[in-house]
Amino acid sequence: MDLSTMIIKMSDGFGKTCAIFFLTLLFSLPLGMIVALLRRSRFKPVSTITRFFISVLRGTPLMLQLIAVTYGPYYISVAANKLSEVYNWGVYFDIGVSKNKLVPVVIAFAINYASYFAEIYRSGLESMPVGQYEAAQVLGYSKIQTFMKIILPQVIRRILPSVTNEIVTLVKDTSMAFTVSYQEMFTIGKQIANSQTSFIPFVVAGVFYYIFNAIISFIMEKIEKSMSYYTI
Amino acid sequence: MSVLEIKNVKKSFGRHHVLKDISITVNEGEVVSIIGPSGSGKSTLLRCATLLETMDEGTLTYVGKPAAWMEGSEIKYAKNLNEIRNKFGLVFQNYNLFPHFSVIKNLTDAPVSVQKRDKESVYEECKILLRKMGLSDKEDAYPCMLSGGQQQRVSIARALAMKPDILFFDEPTSALDPELTGEVLKVIKQLADEKMTMVIVTHEMSFAKAVSDRVIFMDNGVIVEQGTPEEVFGNATNERTKQFLSNYNK
Repeated sequence: MDLSTMIIKMSDGFGKTCAIFFLTLLFSLPLGMIVALLRRSRFKPVSTITRFFISVLRGTPLMLQLIAVTYGPYYISVAANKLSEVYNWGVYFDIGVSKNKLVPVVIAFAINYASYFAEIYRSGLESMPVGQYEAAQVLGYSKIQTFMKIILPQVIRRILPSVTNEIVTLVKDTSMAFTVSYQEMFTIGKQIANSQTSFIPFVVAGVFYYIFNAIISFIMEKIEKSMSYYTI
Repeated sequence: MSVLEIKNVKKSFGRHHVLKDISITVNEGEVVSIIGPSGSGKSTLLRCATLLETMDEGTLTYVGKPAAWMEGSEIKYAKNLNEIRNKFGLVFQNYNLFPHFSVIKNLTDAPVSVQKRDKESVYEECKILLRKMGLSDKEDAYPCMLSGGQQQRVSIARALAMKPDILFFDEPTSALDPELTGEVLKVIKQLADEKMTMVIVTHEMSFAKAVSDRVIFMDNGVIVEQGTPEEVFGNATNERTKQFLSNYNK
């Protein structure tokens, strides 16, 4: 197989790589904010439970989470059906491994990244001086206005470098989808490498990721610049 | 009618009684300075009056509108506190301007998005305010580009843009060097001349003396002495007041 064929074949998977990437960002960025706010809740049970979930999601491998979300429901249904048979519950769960693996892959990525983003948001929220809240309160801003107009824009500015870091990692992490044989670029590259006993597909994959990330970094730098019209 | 009426305010942090039964009435056009050593409860009193801190006991009334009152031994706060917040403005020691807003946006945003006033007329009024503060060329600047004195003047303008009935100052010059202090005090003096009702917590004794109609000396959570500047500064009757002022009269 010549190089151009390899590149064309791997480009097929690139669309799926992009799908994981963009869908994960689309869901995890807002979800992370919700998680961060729950984590900061003054209602102890809520903050404790949220903290526990974050610690599990950050404390176990993403690979494991991918496998759990993709195959977990199937294995649980098998176990449930066995129990149902033994105890005569008269129920039968028909849950297979979903055909479109994009769904479980994006779910796993989104909740994993949301917990990282949540901690980044939290660091940003906690770095805000209390005077900003007080000034807004005295001026009569509502809680929502204060958050949307005063706090959030400043928090975004503060956390942007950490978010960029996380996004760059996500580009590379998409390759993890190979563990559940989702046909994204790296999975295809690996298959070609195996069948052709060639190292070249890995080099191609490396170049793909590098270019992708170079573009991301360029865009994020532009965004950072556009927000740096004031100093904190 | 009195603009501000504080009655029998008590406030503790844990076992530490910060305010022990404080009552103050401020009339329209009056300038009241509150002086006293650090930790005497001046700032806490101001924070209670501006609803940044809740009182343990006491009543708080703005222009006849009750903000807080006692029901038996329980303190009750008014439901619509924003209506009360409309009545006063607060100038913080460290300005607390919104750094991501330009100067003009700092002034206009709350009147437009909180008070829902007409955008164009608010802008016109705020430009006039900035001119008054000597900052007409700073409209589009961001707070980080300004000196401390300029920032504090912006924050005074921001408070005035809400058209408050009374303006509170919490040590407005404590973060400034003497030169910048001068320019801020000049602005406050100008407001006093225009009969703006103001309560000023300050360590600037000579300024308090010059600008106030009434000076209140607080220590250890109580009002020790109050009167005209001449009475308090020239003729203090209380030992503690004399002792405190002796450091300034040297």
